[in-house]
Amino acid sequence: MGGFLAQILNGLQYGLLLFLISSGLTLIFGVMGVINLAHGSLFMIGAYLAYVVAGLTGQFWLALPAAVVGGLVFGAVLERGLFRKFRQREHLDQVLLTFALILLFEEARAALIDNQFHAVPVPPALDFSVPVIGGFAYSAYRLAVLAICLAVAGGMVAFVERTRIGASIRAAAENSEMVDLLGLDARLIHTLVFASGTALAMLAGALAAPLQSVYPGMGDGFLILSFIVVVIGGLGSIAGAFWAALLVGMIDTLGKVYLPEMAGIAVCGMMALVLLWRPSGLFSRG
Amino acid sequence: MPAMSRRSMLEGALGGALGGATATLLAAPAIAQGATLKIGLMLPFSGTFAALGEAIAAAFALYLKELDGKMGGRIVELVRVDDESDPAKAPSNVNRLLGREKAEALVGTVHSGVVMALVQAAREQQIPLIIPNAGNVAATRDLCSPSVFRSSFSNWQPAYGMGKALAAKGVKKAAWVTWEYAAGKESAEGFGDGLRSGGAELTKVLTLPFPETNFQPLLAQLPGLKVDAVGSFFAGGGAIQFVKDYAAAGLRDKLPLCGSGFLTEGVLKAQGAAAEGIQTALHYGDGIENPKNTAFRAAYKTVTNRDADVYAVQGYDAAQMLAIGLAATKGDASAVKDISAAIRAAKIDSPRGAFTVSASHNPVQTIWLREAKNGENRVIGVAAESLADPGTGCKMA
Repeated sequence: MGGFLAQILNGLQYGLLLFLISSGLTLIFGVMGVINLAHGSLFMIGAYLAYVVAGLTGQFWLALPAAVVGGLVFGAVLERGLFRKFRQREHLDQVLLTFALILLFEEARAALIDNQFHAVPVPPALDFSVPVIGGFAYSAYRLAVLAICLAVAGGMVAFVERTRIGASIRAAAENSEMVDLLGLDARLIHTLVFASGTALAMLAGALAAPLQSVYPGMGDGFLILSFIVVVIGGLGSIAGAFWAALLVGMIDTLGKVYLPEMAGIAVCGMMALVLLWRPSGLFSRG
Repeated sequence: MPAMSRRSMLEGALGGALGGATATLLAAPAIAQGATLKIGLMLPFSGTFAALGEAIAAAFALYLKELDGKMGGRIVELVRVDDESDPAKAPSNVNRLLGREKAEALVGTVHSGVVMALVQAAREQQIPLIIPNAGNVAATRDLCSPSVFRSSFSNWQPAYGMGKALAAKGVKKAAWVTWEYAAGKESAEGFGDGLRSGGAELTKVLTLPFPETNFQPLLAQLPGLKVDAVGSFFAGGGAIQFVKDYAAAGLRDKLPLCGSGFLTEGVLKAQGAAAEGIQTALHYGDGIENPKNTAFRAAYKTVTNRDADVYAVQGYDAAQMLAIGLAATKGDASAVKDISAAIRAAKIDSPRGAFTVSASHNPVQTIWLREAKNGENRVIGVAAESLADPGTGCKMA
């Protein structure tokens, strides 16, 4: 029984990290209609940024604001410079653009750093373990990540649901033309959404760096899981992404434990069921 | 003068080509004696395994230098091809070495997926191949061939040694944690066989898809398994993360972690204190005392400015094995049967300790028991003496 509770905690922690990544993806998808395949690369960039910042300054914590600020700037530049021009284009063009970005980011990483695995040390202040249940301990850093993810998730939901800008973002996700007609600046909303999505993915990467090391293509697996989260939760729905991410995190973790032969397909199987039952996602309003 | 008909043109061209081919055939034996011998080194020189490829190539060149650049009386020219550890590019890289470069012998590689293209070419064309790392058992079991040799290990061997050493220490039940792929599966079999050889048993194998590093769901199961010890096979970044997560989960004091040597090979510095005290089994380690090892380590350090590791040893021994084979045939790389007989009969004076080569062409070697201490994998004893891979399914033609 103790083992089961520890697994629930594992699933929760994994799911919350997944939420940080997929929340940006679902917003970008919902508001801008862009399928951003490079979202996993942004996660990788965040992790490498943490590796570099922690290595240069010896202070891992500096990596978190660096990832957020760097992500906002980088995302804004990408949106203004590239994605804006592709907004009216077909999905296939967007897919090609974002696929090209994956290749560019990977090459840049290889040229600037290298192709090796690198461990990122856990911040010394949190380098201890807390006994949890049944002879199993949890590292304090893992618990801190859990708390940070919860705080960010709470902040995001409050921002999107309770503020004026949040209301216009939701409006843009529902009906972009209507937002234009109402005289709201849709272009500014797009830049804001893309910048925040990038910052969230990079923050998730920075937080994950000490938990899973940094290595080439580390975002690929997360990209696929994030798309599954977005599809299950319903395009553009933050609340949907939250519950779907927790669900996927749980299924993936418990699948590995109780059905190891099926672990690879458990999550995809669930997505197929959701698509059959509610084709537009669990939390879509349509 | 009548215009040349198209037919006679064709005949002339064909005749010329055939004549040229005959001339080449006639000249071939003469060339084989005096011409340089091209050896193709197909190794990863970029990507995740670049450091391993460089170590193997440097040590191979080091032994060649000891022979004044000659094997079997012929001057050797090394042709390097970067295989990028990419299985998709492997067949074309092999063709490049055999076709355009006309390599007469092959050495490669690190990645188990890439090595299969080399094994296939070596089997079909009977070109001597020495595998300096990749441990997939098939190369010296079902797919064994008179032309295919290994200077490294089979995935089964180090894990068998670890299992045997655990059983000798009184462990009764153990679990194995690894990635769900060939090397993981083969090492799990070795671990189980090793445990059984000492009356213990392997009660559980936990896996996750390669190369995922979310180990938490596996770690949380371990306390409930009722085992005395946990063994594992991970390498590179996965090994760093697994050892750190294992320590963070507070399992180290209750369930000693051990593994196939790659768990702590080349990654000790990154694992830091989390690796301290972990026992592993491998065919090489720090503190092996024999004159060959001392000389080899000093020479390798002088040439490369790096400390020798297990990969360097495997590259050095690949050169030794090939040189023994070619010496027996006076440099004729196509006399595969004679090369095989010579290598089989030889005792290879390796830095790891002398070893022989089994009937299926895999080293019969001592697997050392090592303990991670102050950033070194110190040898603390013998896990399995003169251990041969079972070579199941090998039918040498």
